Amino acid sequence: MADHVEASTTKAFRRSKDEKKLLRKQIKSSHILLKHEGIHTTTKPTKHLVVANGGLGNGVSREHLSTTLTGIGELETLVMPPHKPYAFVTYRSEESAQKAHIDLNGLKMQCGEDIVTLYFSFVESVKCMEEETVPLPEGLTIVEDFVSVEEEALLLTSIEWPSICDQDTAQKTLKHRRVKHYGYEFRYDNNNVDKDKPLPTGLPGECTPVLERCLKNGYVSKMPDQLTVNQYESGQGIPPHVDTHSAFEDPILSLSLGAQTVMEFRHPDGRLVAVVLPTRSLLVMKGESRYLWTHGITPRKFDMIPAADSEYPIRAVSNAVTQSSLTLSKRGTRTSFTFRKIRHGPCCCAFPSACDSQGAHSAPKPSQPVPPSLPGCHSDAARLEEQYVHQVYDAIATHFSSTRHSPWPRVCDFLCSLPPGSVLADVGCGNGKYLGVNPQVVAMGCDRSSALISICAERGFQVFVSDALSVPLRSASCDACISIAVIHHFSTEERRLEAIKELVRLLKPGGRVLIYVWAFEQEFNKQKSKYLKDTNKNPRPEEPGESSVQTNKSLEADNEGERHMSSYQGIQGKLSVHTNRTAFNTQDLLVPWHLKDGKRGVKEKENIKETQHHQKTESITNANAHSDVSRRSELQDRSKENVTSVKSDQNKSESSSAPVFHRYYHVFQQGELEHMCGQVPGVKVQSSYHDQGNWCVILEKD
Amino acid sequence: MKLLTHNMLTSHVKGVTKGYPLLIKATEVKVNEVEFNPQFVIRMVPKLEWTALIQAAEELGHRQDLPDELIPDYHGNEEFLKKVHRTLLEVEVMEGCLKCPESGREFPISRGIPNMLLNEDEV
Repeated sequence: MADHVEASTTKAFRRSKDEKKLLRKQIKSSHILLKHEGIHTTTKPTKHLVVANGGLGNGVSREHLSTTLTGIGELETLVMPPHKPYAFVTYRSEESAQKAHIDLNGLKMQCGEDIVTLYFSFVESVKCMEEETVPLPEGLTIVEDFVSVEEEALLLTSIEWPSICDQDTAQKTLKHRRVKHYGYEFRYDNNNVDKDKPLPTGLPGECTPVLERCLKNGYVSKMPDQLTVNQYESGQGIPPHVDTHSAFEDPILSLSLGAQTVMEFRHPDGRLVAVVLPTRSLLVMKGESRYLWTHGITPRKFDMIPAADSEYPIRAVSNAVTQSSLTLSKRGTRTSFTFRKIRHGPCCCAFPSACDSQGAHSAPKPSQPVPPSLPGCHSDAARLEEQYVHQVYDAIATHFSSTRHSPWPRVCDFLCSLPPGSVLADVGCGNGKYLGVNPQVVAMGCDRSSALISICAERGFQVFVSDALSVPLRSASCDACISIAVIHHFSTEERRLEAIKELVRLLKPGGRVLIYVWAFEQEFNKQKSKYLKDTNKNPRPEEPGESSVQTNKSLEADNEGERHMSSYQGIQGKLSVHTNRTAFNTQDLLVPWHLKDGKRGVKEKENIKETQHHQKTESITNANAHSDVSRRSELQDRSKENVTSVKSDQNKSESSSAPVFHRYYHVFQQGELEHMCGQVPGVKVQSSYHDQGNWCVILEKD
Repeated sequence: MKLLTHNMLTSHVKGVTKGYPLLIKATEVKVNEVEFNPQFVIRMVPKLEWTALIQAAEELGHRQDLPDELIPDYHGNEEFLKKVHRTLLEVEVMEGCLKCPESGREFPISRGIPNMLLNEDEV
């Protein structure tokens, strides 16, 4: 830092106002790079530069950046880490790098509808990230240029799309892509076909030569008799699914016409392979890739694909690998022809866990079929919380975190009232949204969920994994504690009281703790809480106050989830399942969480990785403040699309459904929290209030 | 985990009475530059267990000749405050474990995150 200051003051007297501003921005960007990414910049010229804001994460394509940089001199390497808001360039000569540093600093670059400003800083070296080739899923083949341009045109014109006004029922249910069936109708209600009711028209004649070639080349052994044509506009997709085993034979063929896209394949063990499907290529899904891996297309407008100039033979990208030779590819309209052979008789594949003929549900269900009872003893309680709180948060961490970005104002008021230098413990800190609210205090966070704690650590917070009943901090070490939406997850009164006592133990005399718990009374002083009010526009199951969540989730999917759960209710002695966004009718209950991305608990690691990218996809610094803001919000939206396929109709997808998880809650009645705090010695209730469907107290230690 | 955080952490294994300070067995330590704020350090010093800080800094090889006993007039001593700043905020244990001095129970530190969860029988 000292170096920068020195460099700027020696020439300061000659600099114009704009130059000074530029320099300030450039220095700021290098600080941000250091702070958030650990990238050390140097004032001493080298061949290597870091280009702040010139990253894939900012929507800058490799081609665009490369052209700009080559205008100065010959490049040795250009490294663009995935999702990051920066890139590294190495010039052949130091002179070129110096020239780029002078000429290109502050350059405004148009990318899409936005303008980004590039800031260049020298770095000592560029760490070359190792590029590994990712194997394709077992049984998957991509045949490039399988059809000619002429055949492509012929096939595309053979499809007669119904006009907007007389769309059939299937058309209406699939808002997010156009679909047409031949041979047999695919029914989205049961993810199967009526095998006894072939459609009057068979497959279009234009397909025959293509299919004959498939037979001749041995991609299939039997002639397909069903065709589904899907048309995806840019930004559309299909949720991850496995084609119903009992409906179709193996293999499945899919021809990609029009624009290329990226299809994601997921193995139940968490592996994810993104495969580029080039224009006019044939995808053959056979064996494991047909029966066990799900395939889907994330709805988004850009894909990250290996750059054309990279020495990259396989067009597959795994998100577990950091690759530097990636670029952005804008999606266009893609039409896929999926050819399948109807199966008569049950499937007897080698993957019973995913086979409906062999008794498996289409996908493993995350919830237990029978709800638990309210615990009678300590160990039952611990077990209930383990399954219905801890495991759920670990499984939904990424999605949960993406809905938890706006701190509640009155919690912020409390945090901002703390004197500078206060030691603060956030017990049950979740994704850490309160840890950075007051930068003047020393904030430490802990949570039972290691998945959530990893998200905090990625954000640079001081955190550890621990249980709220036994916090590994010295007694009387904290000036303040907060416990926001935590204590309602303990399943006995004794444990809720223990949790409060543990918070008080951490406090110094005179220290204060703020506690928030979910209220049984969601309507207070004739005011409905946001949780109740958001029924229509925000059907996502979340606690009140989390109002800024954008969701494109359809209501139908939620309802289906609840229908699915309704059989749980009314079983004697069992916890009942709450209907999201309705008033509570009991104090101890299970609250459904509808996971939006089709990812399950086993994918936890991968989810965290994506979240890390999500965190860091932030614009570095921009001379144009407005553009900065719009870029950032747009980026967040886009990266959210990467994480969750929010725009897709989960319940309409072939053979896949949105996983529903259940969290245990004890919702507090008016006065209950204060009464409980009254039983804790050495502390008094300083104030208590109702805040958007929560009961809240501030306690002060004597 | 920074040493400031370590200074607050203690072993919480059932029955342990002398669980502080936790011993550090580090396999990866990182030093990150953090902006020096003397006022902040002055505020932090009285909240620290000095001996535990010195012991931890010693274990990691970042003691920088800090004294065994806290010096009384540190307020204006910038050189001293800078050393404390470095120890408290810039040194981070990324991999290794924390060991309870009494029971010997080890808590793993992975990617900078201590996992302090106890088993059912330890609570």
